[in-house]
Amino acid sequence: MEYVVIAFLCLGILLYFLLGGADFGAGIIELFTSTKNRSRTRKTMYQAIGPVWEANHMWLIIAIVILFVGFPHIYTTMSVYLHIPLLIMLIGIIARGTAFVFRHYDAVKDDMQWLYNRIFRYSSFITPLFLGIIAGSVISGHIDTDAKDFLSAYVYSWLNWFSIAVGLFTVSLCGFLAAVYLIGETDSDHDKRRFIKKAEYMNISAVVFGAMVFIAAQFDNIPLIDWVFKNTVGLTAIILASLSLILLWYLLIKGKTQILRVLAGFQVTMILVAISYAHFPNFIRLKNGNAISLFETIGPEKTIYSLGLALLLGSVLILPFLGYLFYKFQKKEE
Amino acid sequence: MDDFLAARSQMALSLGFHIVFSCIGMVMPFFMAVSHYKWLKTKDEVYKNLTKAWSKGVAIFFATGAVSGTMLSFELGLLWPKFMEHAGPIFGMPFSLEGTAFFIEAIALGFFLYGWNKLNKWFHWFTGMVVGVSGLASGILVVAANAWMNSPAGFDFVNGKYLNIDPIQAMFNKAWFSQALHMCLAAFTATGFAVAGVHALMVLRNQNKTFHLKAFKIAAVFACVGALLQPLSGDISAKDVAKRQPAKLAAMEALYKTEKPAPLLIGGIVNEKDKTVKGAIKIPGALSFLAHGDFKAEVKGLDKIPEDEHPPVAITHYAFQIMVGIGTLLAIISLMYFINLLRKKQLLEQPWLLKLFVFAIPLGYIALEAGWVVTEVGRQPWIIYGIMRTKDAVTPMPGISYSFYIFSAIYLSLSCIVIFLLYRQIKMVPVLYSKPNRNDHN
Repeated sequence: MEYVVIAFLCLGILLYFLLGGADFGAGIIELFTSTKNRSRTRKTMYQAIGPVWEANHMWLIIAIVILFVGFPHIYTTMSVYLHIPLLIMLIGIIARGTAFVFRHYDAVKDDMQWLYNRIFRYSSFITPLFLGIIAGSVISGHIDTDAKDFLSAYVYSWLNWFSIAVGLFTVSLCGFLAAVYLIGETDSDHDKRRFIKKAEYMNISAVVFGAMVFIAAQFDNIPLIDWVFKNTVGLTAIILASLSLILLWYLLIKGKTQILRVLAGFQVTMILVAISYAHFPNFIRLKNGNAISLFETIGPEKTIYSLGLALLLGSVLILPFLGYLFYKFQKKEE
Repeated sequence: MDDFLAARSQMALSLGFHIVFSCIGMVMPFFMAVSHYKWLKTKDEVYKNLTKAWSKGVAIFFATGAVSGTMLSFELGLLWPKFMEHAGPIFGMPFSLEGTAFFIEAIALGFFLYGWNKLNKWFHWFTGMVVGVSGLASGILVVAANAWMNSPAGFDFVNGKYLNIDPIQAMFNKAWFSQALHMCLAAFTATGFAVAGVHALMVLRNQNKTFHLKAFKIAAVFACVGALLQPLSGDISAKDVAKRQPAKLAAMEALYKTEKPAPLLIGGIVNEKDKTVKGAIKIPGALSFLAHGDFKAEVKGLDKIPEDEHPPVAITHYAFQIMVGIGTLLAIISLMYFINLLRKKQLLEQPWLLKLFVFAIPLGYIALEAGWVVTEVGRQPWIIYGIMRTKDAVTPMPGISYSFYIFSAIYLSLSCIVIFLLYRQIKMVPVLYSKPNRNDHN
């Protein structure tokens, strides 16, 4: 059963990254859209993510519940040493979710829209930035459980070049996923071209920030290159990601939407695999050289058994229903 | 502000905020489903408009409830890491099921809000029901987790270690049923009175009378049934608390000395230093009866409990008085409403009754929050009753007061915006839905 639980944890994180990420990305796209096109982008986006956005963010809840029930030591270590970035991320989640709903359900469309839009756009940027920072910090080895002073315990654990580079990389990937998704959601050729352009820019920025992640890793003494290139799975994943990059550009130019979505999702998945496979089953790397492993800190047997059962039962109920939701509200291609 | 106090305040604030939104989000779908059903059956446009109008409210409340709930699932660890480290694997079962229920609720809400004219009409109605049922299930599960903190079960505590963990037994702890029942009825009562009151106000103001009167009637039935059942559930809870947490019961009633028979105190000013209560009305033997079903039974006072295990008496006592006082008042209003229904009197000829409902708009929620204070403050100094103290669970990170200030500001502004949005929604009713009700505009 422990493998079921771990599989669901990975699935939760992956789907949150893909679906929730695309969702954040839509706000990032809006942030980087010129004023004259904004209201149209907003409309397309609303039609595309309106029915599904709440469900997309449930994956975060699933992942966090698995962590605190099944791997409480990991959950609490993160909560204590990454308190500040978690808090900022939460503020971002609160601000973004409420602003998105408020701007749609405000019965009078007046100057308040200006405020909702501002909040929505900036929090769409800040939230994935800090999600990335948290993810980077977990594997960066900057978390110092022996720290004696405030700064090294609670600030330097996440405020370092590597984590920030991962944060910016995450933002670019989210924007990229959203742009690719939105291409298929619009009817006008003009908007389609606009989203293709956006996808290209976001892809370029992802490559740039991806390179920065490697540079920052060297700078911060993180053996990222070893993780990615010194094992077959990591290497295969990174090769597949690079190959799909070429294919992706070709499809972008052609404007093939469905297969493009799949490919973009595949590419991001491969990147996640490449970065994380090497330390599996370790989850958190600590400054003193130790690591907190999934297997070593897993909860008691009965807990894991019932958690796994609950997840399996839940997915029988959730997945068909969720699939139908996506199917029903997707814009049909003519 | 001291970090421990700040952490407790932040938790109280977050829960107090979340509880209002999640209660509305779990009860309103049922009102919606009734109205939706009537629209499908009678083809009366007004019911369709009402369903749509309510569904906008649900969307606002659900989103706010969902983000504040996400916040809470992190906040448990951010503020109480030592608690979560041990409690997570034990009381996690209801949370993992709640994750599923919540997920289903979000999916169903997507179908419901965007499904007009796109889905089979009965499937559409069904998705609305699913929102309500899964919301209610989430509520029950979360309360079951809280009940575990009051009535720990499903493990053996040996030399500071948590052994033989059984999450199923932990979920079905002794307090889960009484707490969940009380909470659900409270949610229906509070939301029902708030919604009915707002519509009553609009009826009194002569705006879209048909629309608001129909809305009022649906909400009022839920509210009044809830309010009349609540005293029974309160009785179950009182007897349960008397058995499991005598310190909490003693604090609720400010019973400093063990008495046989024990009187029921109504009101009164508590002096925690002198351990006295001044100016309360005493009903002899009534507490003995409420706690143990026998007018002559002994009720344990705080003198039988070690001093360092006393909960804050004044807060618990006042909160309990507020809850019971309002509960009684709402039950009386409900009784009047039903008598009025039985005598087949027209509501419009009874403006005083509608005015009572307007007066009751905030009351249900005040009682609900007060009840929450009773159960949480009354459990102190424990976070896991009898096992772990709250002060031993708090995060080692200093400076929590700042995050408390930030979140106070966020929650305050969110509350203001939501009230502002609802005000606008209601104000716009004549513009958005007035076609069939034109006659109402004189």
